[in-house]
Parts: sequence; structure tokens; C-alpha cells
Amino acid sequence: MRTAKNATTSATEDTTGNPTDNAAGTAAASGGPTARTADGSPGAAGPGARGSRGRAPRTFEQANRRLKWAMLAPALAFVGLMIVFPLVFTLNLSFTDAFGAVNAGKNYVGAQNFLDALGDSRRFWPAVQRTVVFTVGAVVLETVLGLALAMLMRKPFRGMRWVRTVLIIPLLTTPVAIGILWLLILDPSNGIANHLLTSLGLPPQEFLGSVSQSLPTLMLIDVWQWTPMMTLLLLAGLTTLPEEPEEAALVDGAGGWQRFRYVILPMLGPTLATALVLRAVDALKTFDILYATKGAGGGSDFEAETLNVYAYGLTFDYQEYGLASAVLALFTLFIIGVVILLRRRTGRKTA
Amino acid sequence: MSTSSQFLSRRSFGKLAAGVAAAAAGTVSLGACSPGSGTASANAPLRIMAINHVWSQAIKRRLKRFEDRVGRRVSMTLLTADQLSNSYNVKLNASGTDVDVMMVRALQDQLLFGRNGWLTDLTDRVKGEAAYDWPDFQDAPREVSVTDGKVLSVPVVTERPALYYRKDLVEDLGGPPRTLDDLMEMSLELADRDRNFFGYVGRGQRNGAVSQWSSFLYSFGGDFVVDGKSGIGSPEAVAAYAYYGGLLKRTGPPGATNMSLEQAMPIFAQGKAAFYVDADAIYSNFLDPKISTVGRTVGFAPFPAGPAGARPHNIPSWSLGINRFSLLRDEAWEFVRWASGPEMVAELQAAGIPGARKSAWSDAKTLAAFPAELAETMRINAERGIGYDRPQVLQVGRSRDIVGRPLVAGILGEAVAPVARDANAEFDDFLVRDNRHRES
Repeated sequence: MRTAKNATTSATEDTTGNPTDNAAGTAAASGGPTARTADGSPGAAGPGARGSRGRAPRTFEQANRRLKWAMLAPALAFVGLMIVFPLVFTLNLSFTDAFGAVNAGKNYVGAQNFLDALGDSRRFWPAVQRTVVFTVGAVVLETVLGLALAMLMRKPFRGMRWVRTVLIIPLLTTPVAIGILWLLILDPSNGIANHLLTSLGLPPQEFLGSVSQSLPTLMLIDVWQWTPMMTLLLLAGLTTLPEEPEEAALVDGAGGWQRFRYVILPMLGPTLATALVLRAVDALKTFDILYATKGAGGGSDFEAETLNVYAYGLTFDYQEYGLASAVLALFTLFIIGVVILLRRRTGRKTA
Repeated sequence: MSTSSQFLSRRSFGKLAAGVAAAAAGTVSLGACSPGSGTASANAPLRIMAINHVWSQAIKRRLKRFEDRVGRRVSMTLLTADQLSNSYNVKLNASGTDVDVMMVRALQDQLLFGRNGWLTDLTDRVKGEAAYDWPDFQDAPREVSVTDGKVLSVPVVTERPALYYRKDLVEDLGGPPRTLDDLMEMSLELADRDRNFFGYVGRGQRNGAVSQWSSFLYSFGGDFVVDGKSGIGSPEAVAAYAYYGGLLKRTGPPGATNMSLEQAMPIFAQGKAAFYVDADAIYSNFLDPKISTVGRTVGFAPFPAGPAGARPHNIPSWSLGINRFSLLRDEAWEFVRWASGPEMVAELQAAGIPGARKSAWSDAKTLAAFPAELAETMRINAERGIGYDRPQVLQVGRSRDIVGRPLVAGILGEAVAPVARDANAEFDDFLVRDNRHRES
């Protein structure tokens, strides 16, 4: 999950970094003629000089392109080694019967691992179901709450900066610390949550100690942690919206809900979609809070075992490297599918 | 700058990239070949990876003596059990040379590590020296150290289940329970769950509970594997599942299915339960006034008898092995010999850490370190003990996940028999596959 987030941030940095690259490239290229004069070529540079070297005439753009590749090369090589190699290695493993140790012998078994995974109704399909339930539940709640909070914080008010700072705290805390924090709060016999519940006259709950309450509880913890991110993303989107359409609607006599539903929400569509994609992908891959609170296998009845936890267990507890790689390959395809689906729907909406 | 084609054209960049990739691949495949082909420099430290356990802490305090003797620095890393096995997985899958002495759970890891070729064969070393006295090790732990006729590890810490109980509470009931029926009866009587007091606390987590449940299984007359086939569907096993599940369901704390050693032990230590069955090696936790309120009232009793008698386990919980890729295998053996030799085992046992040597166990002086009642409990349990507490298979983790399922159903108050039947079928399939892996 962390790596993926790093990848996303670095990707955005790449895009924002591009203009600078170009600017540097242009600057360097425009420095070209001077350099050529320094070479000792005839002062009247231009076509003559180039011809004397026997080279095809080259525009700034062409030169620029090569320079761009040269400058990108180190980064590309790094990406290739650090991302493409593990991906290819994993894909390769998924077609073998690697078991026990990766450096022990292994044979190619075709698509057997994929068939095994897809035919497994004890662990694989329940894990798929839990992944979907967890993601949909958490992301829907986060979007609704995040949008509500963003609308509330849209207009400046006193103490706004404090509210924003407080909101951002769960976002900055490491997920393992959050897992342990909530484990202590929700401890069935010693935790403060049950203490508060009983003092209100409500029956104590088992929370994470229970088989049926674990996944919903974890969804709520995820909501607690990630709603602020939704709020911040949507708030950024809201501040860029033009005010005129809303004013026009106001003049036409539209009520608050109508203005929100028919004016703001459609305009916020693209931001909302991007936020949804980012959050959904992240939620699909949730691992740390699940593992920190429920341990390997997602608890006694596998009640919090999502695909990610299952793949981890296959690798580190069962040493089934072939099967684990196949599950991960399927999981990656699934995530890509979700992203494409979400993007395509947005594309249609904006069109 | 427009002469950049001389600098690096796209094609030559492609060649360069391919070259780098090929070189990297070459190193990887070469590195994976043979173990321990290089030599370590004279001032490279001897690296030991160990579980964070009283044994490791005691050894760490005595390391100076060993360093002075061999003239080499020793670095000792202490980790939790999960972190430790993950580290081994990562390091040894890459044929890593950066760990020399490995602390392993012989019953959990050794078959697999042996199959992977990760552990050095110690047979000649342990049997080569009369002074080391290999036959001095207890029979059950010694047998576990041998895989396919090769000694792959040396046991250093042994463990049996102990029944921890509250003396102040059972006094009126005629002392600690001697049978499992008594245990159930007393737990029911003492439990007051509305006031947060529990009759029995114990591990209830699917995977973690299996090793402690094994003593209940044996005492009901069952076993994990019978004649090469799953034994967990037998009437005896179902009875053991139902008994243990019922004990926790009716008298245990809420959230028991989320509890392993780390969660269950504090509940007893804070005086919230009357009985607790877990490893005898953790007894010092209850005597430490900083974390325990029951230091004065805790009692120790042998495992109670079931329909098939009292049949607890007596296992080597932690052993020392040597990484086969290590460049310091001779020095590593030097350490193992020092840490598991007769003198050190006697010294550590006198400090309250139960070892695996008969000489230490028959020495009244070393036993004096334990509370008298506990020493007697350990002696009785060791006599009756069975040498394993989990299925003896390659994929121990997976087998525990299967075996533990009916246990969880019992704790949740569901019918145990159908779940046990299903788990039995799954375990049979598992055993077939596991055997195939073992033979390949």
C-alpha cells in the first residue's frame, strides 16, 4: 500500500516536473549556437555550419527530444529495475510450482495456480468478497462524509485553520500505530469504549474480538483515518468552482439542496471521480490496519482476510510462492479493472 | 549541446540498458548457486538472530565471555516470532550470508528449512565431541532435531503446558483440579462474567491456540494425524474441540477468538481469571510485580487428566541452527557449542530457564531456581510428555489454520461436529499435498 502511494505521488511529481524539464531543455538548446561558435566554427552559424559537419539539419525540437531522453534515462532505469523487474519476476513465479524457497528448484506448471486460486471457495472467493465489501463500504462513507465536511468548510470561518489541522492528524499517523491505538480503545475487557458504553447503559461490545463485528469495525477505523483526505481533495475542487452558476441558481429561487444537487455536484464531478479512484485503489490494497489488528489470516474465522492479507499469508506463512504470485496477479488485474471502470464512467460524465 | 547524439543516442541507451539488465541478471543467478563459497573478513561480526525471550536475554548478558574467548565481535538481534520467521524468509530466499546462527522453532520451521536446504548438517559436530555429550539431551527434543537422519538444530529451550491457578480461590474447592471435568466444574463455579471475572482464560485464536489445545487433544485420546491420515474428525478430537470451545465460551473472556499468548496472559496476570493453561516457560511473568497482581496467589499444577489420562506435550520450543549460506560456520558452531553445552544449560536453568539436558534436570541445584510447586509440575509433565504440539508437516502454519477452525466454532458456540468434518476433509487433502512436497 505504501509503495503504491509513493508511486502515485512520484507520478504526479513527474507530470508537474515536466514543464521544468522542458524549460531546462529549451534553455540548453538555445545555448546551442553559442557553444557552436565557441567550437571555432565560422561566425555566421546556421545551415553552413551544420552542412560542414555532414549532419542532417536538426530543429530545436529534435535536439530537445534526445536531451529529454538522456535526462529521463536515469529515472527510467531506476523505475525499470525497481518496478518492472519485480513485476516480471512475480508474473514468472505465478506460472511455476515454487514452494518453500524461491531459490530452491521449481517447474513451470502453466496456468495451474490461476485455476487453483479461482477454484478455491474456502479462502480465495470469500477474500474477494471481503475486499469488495470493505472497499465499497469504506469509500462510500468516506465520500459522503468527506463531501459534507468539505461543504461545511467551504466558506471561511473563525478557527478554520485549527479545524483543518486537527482533521489532518489521523492522516499523518502511521496505520500500524492507528491499529494498536484502536485495539486498546476497543479492547473488550479493558478498553475505554466499552467503559463508556456501559456507563451510558448500553451493552458492552466485543468489537475487534468478535468474528462478525471485525470487518465493520475496521471499515469505520478506515473511515476515521481517510475521510479527512477526501475532505481536503474535495475542498480543493470546491474552491476552484466558479461562483456565477450558483448565484444564478440562487436568483432563480433554487433552495440549498437544489443548488447543491443540480449545480455544485455536477461541476464537482471530475474532482469527485479522481478522489474516488485514488481512495478506492488505496482501500482495495489496505493491509496495515488489518494486519496490525487481526494478525495473519485476518482473525480466527478469516473474518478480515482480504485479498492482500491472503496473499501475504500465502507468501510468508505458507511459503506457496507460486500460488501467492498468481493471487497477486489476479488482484492487480482486478485493481486495474476497477480503475478503468471508474475512469470510463467519469469520461462519459464529463462528455 | 546539439551534439548530444555523440553523448547518448536512443539506440545506444537501449544497448546500455540491456547490458545493465543482463549484468544484473547474471549476478543474481550466480549468487544463487553454491552456499558459503566466499570467505568472511577477520573482523566481520558473528551474527545471531534470536527470538526476544528470557533465554536470549540471558545469553546476551553473557556474550562478553564468548567474545573474549573467540576474539570476534558478536551481534545479536532480538525479534518477535513473526518478525523472525519473516526475516529468515527474506534473507534465506536470497541466499543471504548476513545471518550465521539462527534461533528456530524446530517444530514449526525445521522440516521446511531442511527441505529448502537452509540449515547446516550438524550431525558430525554434535556427535564428534564427547564433552558436548549429545545423548545428554532429553529424548523427545533430541528426536525433533533430526530430519531425514541429519541433526539440523540443537534444542535450547523446552516447554510444557502448566495449569496456572489462583491459590486463594481454589482453596475452598479442595485444591487445583486433577481432571478436565473438575477444571470445567470449578471454572463454571468461579466465573462471574458480569463483574469481569472469568473462570478460564486461554488462547482462542485459530492458529495460536492449536499448540496449547494439543494437550487437551492427547488427553482425550486423539492425535492430529493417525496412520498418515487426518485424525481431527475422530470422536475423541471432536470431544476435545467441544470441551475446549465450551470452556472458553462458558467461562472465558469476551473476544477470546482474538487471543493468543499476548492477549490471554495479561488477563490472568491482572487477576481476572481463575485458571490459565499455557507454556510453563512464561511463569516468571506472573511473579514480576511490575506486570502482575497475582504474584503471591498464583499456583502451578500439572496438566489435568482427561478420558485418556494426563497427556501434555513436552517440546523443544526454541533451537539453534546454522545458516547454510553463512561464511562463519565454524565460528557459529563454536557459539552453539558454548550456548548449549552442559555448563551453560545448567547455569541458565539455575537462573530459571528450562533447558533440554537431562543432566540439568536431574540436578537439584538447578531446579531450586523454580518455585517448588512449579518444579514438580515441570518434572511430572516432562515425564508424561509427547514430543510435539502441532502437526509435523512442512506447512505447519497452514495445517494449524485448518486444525484450528473447529476450535473457533466451539468458542463461538456453533456446532463443532460439522465444522470438524469439513476441516477433517480439508486436512486430508492437505496431508496428501504436503507429502507430495516432502517427497519431491
